[in-house]
Amino acid sequence: MSLAAFRERILARRPLCLRGGGSKDFYGGPLVGERLDVGGYQGIVGYEPSELVMTARAGTPLAELEAALAERGQWMAFEPPAFGGAATLGGAVASGLSGPGRTSCGALRDFVLGAKIMDGEGRELTFGGQVMKNVAGFDVSRLMAGTLGTLGLILEVSFKVLPIPVGQASLRFQLSQDKALDLMNRWAGKPLPVTATSWEEQLLTVRLAGAEAAVQSACGALGGQRLPEAEAAAHWAGLKEQSHAFFAGEAPLWRLSVPSIAGPLPLAGIPLIEWGGAQRWLRGDYAPAQVRAVAQKAGGHATLFRGGDRAAGVFMPLPGPLAAIHQRLKAVFDPHGVFNPGRLLLEL
Amino acid sequence: MNLPPHSAERDPDFSGAASAALLRELRDILTPESLITDRELLRPYECDGLSAYRRLPFAVALPEDEAQVVAILVACHRAGVPIVPRGAGTGLSAGSMPHPQGVLLSLTKLNRILKLDPVARVAVVQTGARNLAISEAAAPHGLYYAPDPSSQIACTIGGNVAENSGGVHCLKYGLTMQNVLRVRMVTIEGEILELGSHALDAPGYDLLPLVIGSEGLLGIVTEVTVRLTPKPQMAQVIMASFDDVRKAGEAVAAVIAAGIIPAGLEMMDQGAAAAVEPFVKAGYDLEAKAILLCESDGTAEEVAEEVGRMRGVLEHSGATDLRVSRNEAERLRFWAGRKAAFPSAGRISPDYYCMDGTIPKKGLGEMLTAIAAMETKYGLRCINVFHAGDGNLHPLILYDANIPGQLERTEAFGAEILRLSVALGGTITGEHGVGFEKIHSMCEQFSTDELKAFHAVKGAFDPPGLLNPVKAIPSLHRCAEMGRMHVHHGELKFPELERL
Ligand SMILES: Cc1cc2nc3c(=O)[nH]c(=O)nc-3n(C[C@H](O)[C@H](O)[C@H](O)COP(=O)(O)OP(=O)(O)OC[C@H]3O[C@@H](n4cnc5c(N)ncnc54)[C@H](O)[C@@H]3O)c2cc1C
Repeated sequence: MSLAAFRERILARRPLCLRGGGSKDFYGGPLVGERLDVGGYQGIVGYEPSELVMTARAGTPLAELEAALAERGQWMAFEPPAFGGAATLGGAVASGLSGPGRTSCGALRDFVLGAKIMDGEGRELTFGGQVMKNVAGFDVSRLMAGTLGTLGLILEVSFKVLPIPVGQASLRFQLSQDKALDLMNRWAGKPLPVTATSWEEQLLTVRLAGAEAAVQSACGALGGQRLPEAEAAAHWAGLKEQSHAFFAGEAPLWRLSVPSIAGPLPLAGIPLIEWGGAQRWLRGDYAPAQVRAVAQKAGGHATLFRGGDRAAGVFMPLPGPLAAIHQRLKAVFDPHGVFNPGRLLLEL
Repeated sequence: MNLPPHSAERDPDFSGAASAALLRELRDILTPESLITDRELLRPYECDGLSAYRRLPFAVALPEDEAQVVAILVACHRAGVPIVPRGAGTGLSAGSMPHPQGVLLSLTKLNRILKLDPVARVAVVQTGARNLAISEAAAPHGLYYAPDPSSQIACTIGGNVAENSGGVHCLKYGLTMQNVLRVRMVTIEGEILELGSHALDAPGYDLLPLVIGSEGLLGIVTEVTVRLTPKPQMAQVIMASFDDVRKAGEAVAAVIAAGIIPAGLEMMDQGAAAAVEPFVKAGYDLEAKAILLCESDGTAEEVAEEVGRMRGVLEHSGATDLRVSRNEAERLRFWAGRKAAFPSAGRISPDYYCMDGTIPKKGLGEMLTAIAAMETKYGLRCINVFHAGDGNLHPLILYDANIPGQLERTEAFGAEILRLSVALGGTITGEHGVGFEKIHSMCEQFSTDELKAFHAVKGAFDPPGLLNPVKAIPSLHRCAEMGRMHVHHGELKFPELERL
């Protein structure tokens, strides 16, 4: 696909369903409109390892980017989930999802440095850039993260990459949910090289990464049972890609994003916990109002992440003044309502 | 949906604003000490840290709580009077320079730390809380607020949010953006918006990146939740001398390419080292053409391992002298000079003008060579301090405002540095913001369509365009008048270089 072809489709002013590799078709509101495939718009545009920056077209598969980075000992520390082999950079940015290391290295949006988009009038707009520090103009490139394509067609993204940590180790502890939550929060308050945590079925798993010496001394300080390397890698990949047994089957999957210090949530079913307590997954046919109320009471929000009834809205509705700003921003970038109508919020 | 009319075309005109009526309303909202209209008392507010640009506001309002902020905004909205928010006024881009027909909203009385939760590692603070005060409050818990601008004793968190401020440690720990969880702000319509939350994300668009760095154009921040970071057990800094600035630039790239992310990686040229040494006695190598400060932090083992690797790379890159701080006092002394660079410039020259472009690190050598040529061209001295690890340059142009023509030459010098920053694939501002100062340089970095999009985004938050007008985003008319041209990401190849 060429830019001219994208523009022509956009200027036809009919609703479009933007699609990279289709790995996240399940996510967000129902797919509406004619399909616009971005997957063909591929290629790494620039990569300078010593600048810690990579720029690529939106349709480039994540796997290709990861391979190019690995050759130079670098990676996407935000660990974007692929959910299957076809995931693209554009889709990763549009869905805004971050992997297991969210609490230590930041979210996907923190790594976005610049983006080129095509707006609802078919204009190519470039925001941000290829440098780490840039405060010229509003940061529209980071705004794109998590918009699910509702604000424009993402054409190209520049993002920050990091060296792969030298040392790595994963430790396992047998603990109740209460105790695990408590420990995760305590460790996060200490200068320890903890880069990911998970708890499920009485098992707390901790990933340490950084300088070899730091990892070794933290292993000594924390105790627990050290996981063999392959098992550890499979565990974290299983969480990132949702191939872990917890995610198997058809039952609706809820994601609750809450302050890490929230205690066990008053909902039936045992959660899988990540991000030091800040991300909690649940399976089952919960009443949406109930899950949302519980998440809100804990100071967070709930998303119907996979399965269930998407038509009723998978994300929590916004308070009035904030919803109004959303409508106006949508009108700025997509005045004719072309891009992914209803995919993020029913009214957008 | 119809957008309210908002002009990207021309600078707005507020001459018809109902200022007298507004003044009566402000008297009802604020106590007499919190409303200033006396000309002499307005003086201290005439500029921010960039004193070359000065204006007196119509009035200064100092609200004591959020309810007063809301009331002031509603009143200004009704009267059609512009508002310029101000924190500590340490900004370096005339971002809080008053508008002559506007109210200057000073937020320093909203300075409380409302809550500090060491287990959740967050602090909820009012907008006027000082950056350093947050770290001081967190210190007993072994925590701190990571972004550390050199102005941290004075600058406010609201100002940091408005500028997305960084510090010498942001290479590893991020800018304001990466360390703020939640922002509470009041719109010009008096509505309260909560962006982000104490969870790690919130439903809907992630508006934090839009608001952080928005220079007071979208709303008035009243409260911020910041993330606190555990204090590393220890830190050590290497001070490395180079006999050539290009070699120092290459050493910076080599450190990063070796897979090391230093806690700080800063560079000073010979002029900068010579300027600060008499004041801080840091022991800088004054023979060196450039000095790098390269810091490692973490556990003792980690630091030992990393310092070893850093040394190796720096030696290999041709460092002529290497010194590793032996204790905390020495580490702080090595840093003291870097942190005092701006005030020192102020002592060796009647005036100085600090630039803030960012470029890809590979362009450091080219930029320094070009700046040296510009010194001759404009007949002014320039000393250089850089946040080298992330390519953020702070050339300090030394001048004397009392000598006719020097300020104009200084501005032209600065604009040329920024033009080259854009041409090298960088940006006109890394952390100080566009403000009023760099508004014309924006015409070079962004296209007409991009500038229109910025105006439209502003219109989505501030339909009447009353918040900090004529800052950060130029009207198209302004760009046309200045005859500035958009250098699209290097497409126009270094037109300046031929003239050097
Ligand atoms: C010696 C010196 C060293 C410095 N070092 C650094 C450095 O290392 N890194 C760095 O990034 N900066 C640095 N700065 C620049 C400056 O300190 C920062 O930009 C700082 O964040 C400004 O904070 P302030 O409270 O002084 O804001 P002000 O200067 O008062 O205002 C800055 C901007 O924020 C807006 N604003 C203020 N409060 C609010 C609010 N509540 N809501 C909405 N908008 C608001 C203003 O309108 C203005 O546009 C330095 C400045 C000096 C003088």
